Amino acid sequence: MEMKHIVTLETRDLCASAKNGGCGECQTSCQSACKTSCGIANQQCENGNR
Amino acid sequence: MIHQYKLNGYNIVLDVCSGSVHAVDELTYDMVALFEGRDRASALAAVREKHPGAADAELDEVYDALLSLKDAGKLFAPDTFAPMAGRLKEKSAGVVKALCLHVAHTCNLNCAYCFASQGRYRGERAVMSLDVGKRALDFLVERSGTRRNLEVDFFGGEPLMNWAVVKELVRYAREREKETGKRFRFTLTTNGMLIDDDVIDFANREMHNVVLSLDGRREVHDRWRVDYAGNGSWERIVPKFQKLVAARGGRNYYMRGTFTHNNPDFLKDIETMLDLGFTELSMEPVVAAPDDPIALTADDLPVVMAQYEALAKLMLAREKEGRPFTFYHYMIDLTGGPCIYKRVSGCGSGTEYMAVTPWGDLYPCHQFVGEEAFKLGDVWNGVTNAAVQEEFAACNVYAKPACRDCWARLYCSGGCAANAWHAAGSVAGVYETGCALFKKRMECAIMMAVARQVEA
Repeated sequence: MEMKHIVTLETRDLCASAKNGGCGECQTSCQSACKTSCGIANQQCENGNR
Repeated sequence: MIHQYKLNGYNIVLDVCSGSVHAVDELTYDMVALFEGRDRASALAAVREKHPGAADAELDEVYDALLSLKDAGKLFAPDTFAPMAGRLKEKSAGVVKALCLHVAHTCNLNCAYCFASQGRYRGERAVMSLDVGKRALDFLVERSGTRRNLEVDFFGGEPLMNWAVVKELVRYAREREKETGKRFRFTLTTNGMLIDDDVIDFANREMHNVVLSLDGRREVHDRWRVDYAGNGSWERIVPKFQKLVAARGGRNYYMRGTFTHNNPDFLKDIETMLDLGFTELSMEPVVAAPDDPIALTADDLPVVMAQYEALAKLMLAREKEGRPFTFYHYMIDLTGGPCIYKRVSGCGSGTEYMAVTPWGDLYPCHQFVGEEAFKLGDVWNGVTNAAVQEEFAACNVYAKPACRDCWARLYCSGGCAANAWHAAGSVAGVYETGCALFKKRMECAIMMAVARQVEA
């Protein structure tokens, strides 16, 4: 890859996360700081088998 | 699906379905926009019109790089997630893992903008008895299935007005942990008025997270957050918050503010929080009816958007100076964030998450408490209003027509059901102003991740 054109960040592959995902141990979306909106991007995955 | 945008000097390409993020130059940015739906020759011709000085070899190089990314599943990845949208909830049907315990439907402040109508939730003042609280914890344990991590938020009103019961409930939960192998994580949300050494000691030992309500500048805070005599609370609570946070080691708390039509320039309030020594910050747009004078208006939105951008730049600058701080909505973990099931399943209100009133009644979440039509049941008999629960169980990002083609759908999971209901009259609707703010926050958060990598 020509780095002068494109820098690709390391990210979790969302398609691949379907394989061992869905354990449900992560925090409930609203149960944190806001209580008035919903975001899930700031939550940690707590799946020990991913 | 691609979302591409320019922010803070960066050209950013987000491949929505793979979750990939690319920082690109101008030529690549334009080629991404012209790539799909064209063959190679016509795509290159279209890009050449915009970049007449570009060499053929360079255009070929960029085109091939995009092809490689596409082949690797990092660009133009198809959306194959719709069938997964209901699966997590089906798999965990009946499982409850989080409760918001309304231990006090009363408050020692009289904040005009309170969505809970001064803690009473449009009802009678009341505090939760120890028996009701214990039963709520038992209900959570009984309904938690194989979930190990259980979350309980002590909420109100003002939970410190029922502090003795809070402490007893924590002790009770610790006993239940030993018997069951479950792990409780507690959060305390407080206005700070009743914080003393006992609260600091106990909360810092037992509460996984503490949410402290402070709106920032003294004049902004004291405009709304007043006692029943009309006196502002800023001067009384700030020293208590500083003491609690210091004793906590500066971690696992949020200084949480609300901004309204009166302070869309909320960055000044964040700067005040920083000046006071706080570094774990959250600032939320007010929840108010559109005709309420404190509600954000269309004219406020450009101001708020600019504040979000300035906030991101301030955070990056302070990181470089070795003085970082956290903003709740800019926390985004691109490598360790949630799996796709979580991202498409909705917020969990009414299914895995419920609110419990002082009388033991169950509601889909704290924001629905007091809306009788949404009462789900109680902690003794469980959920008896199957129709309402089904409405929430069916609520996911693919069930909302407005979300299907939104680039941010895998970051918000369909948004807040209560906001949707207030704005659109249905939990399957959307709150468009909230969506616009959310998307801006995600753009800023992703830009910050790009900046850290590119600058590194």
